[in-house]
Amino acid sequence: MKFEIQECEKKPRIGKLVEDLFRKMPQIEHYRAVLYTDSFRQTEGEPTVLRKAKAFYNVCKNIPIVIRDGELIVGVNSVSPRSCPTFPEFSFEWLESEFETVATRAADPFEISEESKAALREVHKYWRGKTTGELATAYMAPEARRAFEHNMFTPGNYFYNGVGHVTVQYDTVIYKGLDSVIEHAASELDKANVADADYSRRSAFLKAVIVACEAVKIYAHRYSELAADMAKKENNAERRAELEAIAKHCAQVPAKPARDFAEGCQSFWFIQQLLQLESSGHSISPGRFDQYMYPLYAADLHGGKITRDKAQELIDCIFVKLNDLNKVRDAASAEGFAGYSLFQNMIVGGQNAEGVDVTNDLSVMCIVASKHVMLPQPSLSIRVWNGSPQELLIKAAELTRTGVGLPAYYNDEVIIPALISRGLTMEDARNYNIIGCVEPQCPGKTDGWHDAAFFNMCRPLELVFSRGIDKGVQVGLDTGDVSSFDTYEKFREAYVKQINYAIELLVNADNAIDYAHMERAPLALESCLVDDCIARGKSVQEGGAIYNFTGPQGFGVANMGDSLNAVKTLVYDQKKFTIEELKRALYYNYGNLTEERAADITADVVRAMRAEGKTVTEKDVPAVLQGVLASLTPADKKRYEEIKSLIDGVVHFGNDDDEADAFAREAAYMYTRPLETYKNPRGGMFQAGLYPVSANVPLGAQTGATPDGRYAYTPVADGVSPTAGRDVNGPTATANSVSKLDHYIASNGTLFNQKFHPSALAGREGLEKFVALIRTYFDQKGSHMQFNVVSRETLIDAQKHPENYRHLVVRVAGYSALFTTLSRSLQDDIINRTEQAWSR
Amino acid sequence: MSDKQVTGRIFDIQRYSIHDGRGIRTIVFLKGCVLRCRWCCNPESQRYEIETMQTQDGVKTIGRDVSVGEVMDVVERDRGYYRRSGGGLTLSGGEMLCQPDFALALLRESKYRGITTAVESMGCAEWGTIEKMLPYIDQYLLDVKHTDAQKHREFTGKSNELMLENARKIAESGLTELIVRVPVIPAFNATAEEIASIARFADSLPGVKELHLLPYHRLGQDKYAGLGRDYSMKDVVPPDNAFMTELLRAAERNCRLRCQIGG
Repeated sequence: MKFEIQECEKKPRIGKLVEDLFRKMPQIEHYRAVLYTDSFRQTEGEPTVLRKAKAFYNVCKNIPIVIRDGELIVGVNSVSPRSCPTFPEFSFEWLESEFETVATRAADPFEISEESKAALREVHKYWRGKTTGELATAYMAPEARRAFEHNMFTPGNYFYNGVGHVTVQYDTVIYKGLDSVIEHAASELDKANVADADYSRRSAFLKAVIVACEAVKIYAHRYSELAADMAKKENNAERRAELEAIAKHCAQVPAKPARDFAEGCQSFWFIQQLLQLESSGHSISPGRFDQYMYPLYAADLHGGKITRDKAQELIDCIFVKLNDLNKVRDAASAEGFAGYSLFQNMIVGGQNAEGVDVTNDLSVMCIVASKHVMLPQPSLSIRVWNGSPQELLIKAAELTRTGVGLPAYYNDEVIIPALISRGLTMEDARNYNIIGCVEPQCPGKTDGWHDAAFFNMCRPLELVFSRGIDKGVQVGLDTGDVSSFDTYEKFREAYVKQINYAIELLVNADNAIDYAHMERAPLALESCLVDDCIARGKSVQEGGAIYNFTGPQGFGVANMGDSLNAVKTLVYDQKKFTIEELKRALYYNYGNLTEERAADITADVVRAMRAEGKTVTEKDVPAVLQGVLASLTPADKKRYEEIKSLIDGVVHFGNDDDEADAFAREAAYMYTRPLETYKNPRGGMFQAGLYPVSANVPLGAQTGATPDGRYAYTPVADGVSPTAGRDVNGPTATANSVSKLDHYIASNGTLFNQKFHPSALAGREGLEKFVALIRTYFDQKGSHMQFNVVSRETLIDAQKHPENYRHLVVRVAGYSALFTTLSRSLQDDIINRTEQAWSR
Repeated sequence: MSDKQVTGRIFDIQRYSIHDGRGIRTIVFLKGCVLRCRWCCNPESQRYEIETMQTQDGVKTIGRDVSVGEVMDVVERDRGYYRRSGGGLTLSGGEMLCQPDFALALLRESKYRGITTAVESMGCAEWGTIEKMLPYIDQYLLDVKHTDAQKHREFTGKSNELMLENARKIAESGLTELIVRVPVIPAFNATAEEIASIARFADSLPGVKELHLLPYHRLGQDKYAGLGRDYSMKDVVPPDNAFMTELLRAAERNCRLRCQIGG
């Protein structure tokens, strides 16, 4: 397809909209929760799906609405910018218990007024015993709950929240209107016979769909009236005309088909926004915006109805709006998803269902929009394949060079076959987009449950050394005393048993949560825009989608690969130290008895004393601690440090060493292979992802020392990237190593971070070489690549003077975030990722 | 003996080099040099003998003997990147001409395998040595430090006549793409007149199209201490951007070549 690479200028309006967004601290607002609950109090006894649709209707009809200064696209989930409603139907206890700390916490703070606190407290009384979180807990096997509590894995995302992680059929709404969806549901309702076995459920669902669509219509209608009112009072003629146009657009869409690009944008926005008012699920991903918006754009451009400049401004407005939405998470999750991110992933370029490259003007304009707003949302992605136009990639690289961490690059040549291997048709696979961080799927047909849990691959290894015991509790299997493992194979076998068991528990936990959503959280609006829910007469949560998956993501591949390598090489092959010595070295954190580690050992000792029937009070603890500190003799300390330096001397993953890299490949398989044998309640399968969001930092903080030389409580390696600082042969070596993993089997996405110094992308030549690097990694069948292009000095300065860097956006892991909003430890982690700049 | 078996002495192999020659390259640094430039940022490259250097991570042995085959095993690892970027192997030093058999074997083996070649060199050797290599060198990045023989000798330990003569012969051979590179060193050649003189010389070489000005930097300073040597350039301040731009203009006024700052 022909396209123009030309770049439009940024309008002053956009700068102002961005500025307004950051004027105030984000707020937690109570309006939605109150309205939603009011409705629920009045629909006791009705089918859940219908109750939820009616509650959503009540919200849409009555929630305060505003049009912000200078907006061309309207619709907000909160009165105050970048603020958020709450969703007590999923969970609420964490929020209430964090009311007093949420404004001052390190990661993603929010303000909350006394009025809102009081209103929410009242609302929460209703929800006790009725949330998805509570039902999920009840469904979960006790051993799975225990493993969850001991941080073997954390399915907290869907435990506390809606699922989200979907790309709906925006094109249906834009080109046919919600009225067509209502008609479709009504005709299915007509067709259904009252004597059909599933009539009760089917009819309730279809009625709920109609209610949900009507809710959206009434919301749009309210905006039409508001805009018309404001227009009447507006003195500025230019703004008056804009408001009149908004009134006209909102009277048409999304009920009816959009008549032009501007209406298409508004129609898109209502759906994008309201899906996030219906449920708290994040990663509602716009997907292939450049594709479904193109016909309207082309028609307008051709018909002289719009200029490229004007269209750019509208896209820029949408990009700003995507940053206006926000979500409050519990304190622990906020660290795992740090940076206020909603992971609304938009992707440009790539092939269509027939395998033809369909890069168009809008693909370029979306990249430019990101440059104009310089904000974390949308998570902009770009599809790359052998047929990708070089100029598009150069444009993308220019955006990367700004340091905004966008776009992320995805490889069609891996993702398409990977999806086909999971049962997608060739056409659907070619039409893939990315959800959230890095998760590929077919838009409008998939319920991928992509972010189903974080699974820390290092934890089962800890349990090998402790015979399954964590903090005095039998969490894993008793795989025997490590000192009895006289061969590497026996050691390896013990790890396999531990990880397989942990995976079983993970599956149990995810499926319990899945059932809870099925029963308590069927979402009518989301479902009516995902095939084939209407025809099947059931919601996405009940398995209405064509493709169903559950994708929990593993991380720590590098640590695990390097650990296995070190154990095999040093313990069993070279016999430099015994496995028993290694066990003690790990327990004593390689001789580095930090305060935290000493406290944990002390707790172990106290537990053991109590188990023996001794009385130990708080008063005795200091004495025990002294004993612990004294138990590390200088000779032991020296030996443990020696062990660490021997381990450091082994070649690690990330240096293009085939042997070392083979361990990482195997470690990844140890997670990905067993996982894909399990099924979920929606009739789909489990598939692994290998990416951490930002959980490698907080979950690493709960992981003891590992045999790869990693100290206790420090971050675990992110995604498929090597351990920070361990790759020392430059970016090509690193990329070669990472491409040796099997990216096809990790069909829920892999994440490969690289950090570059700006000088590596200098000039056209620098951009060309950068693109060549990406293309080569993709030739070698890597699946995803993302970059932080910012100098170490800049980041360190930003830590010192956050006030000067309020808008500094960096790539975290599968998404971008404002650097200064991240916790100190995550900031340090980003700074420590190997910087790939080379000068002699 | 096949080319693969020829051995030589190197002190480093650096992958993903993007500022020295076309595309993404792997640079092999050969040990040993004929000059002793005061500003040299790789002082550990100068002597042919294997030596030790104190670094942040402890004492490091500088220099190892390897075969062409071993070097090519590393070079091959990035073949995909060369293909996508037009890159390949670069020989640097030291002065790669100081190990002529090894350098020739490396270049010939690389070309035989379909990997493009470049060299960073001062052209300081018997013409016959260079002549033999030219058919296997795609890009010759030739250092020209000064046009004045006296000053050249003072700062590098050797006069420049042979190098300038070789520069002309390389250019006239038409066998390689010749790019002239000038290290811009304060107190040595960092004046508009001196740069202009080099530019005019470069312009007089047939077929040369590019002139690169490489600003002096101090990144090698710690290595002198690590080698137990004195760094005589301690007080020299690297030229700033504005000044480099001035010199760039001076070069541009005096030649028809494409001039740029940096490689």
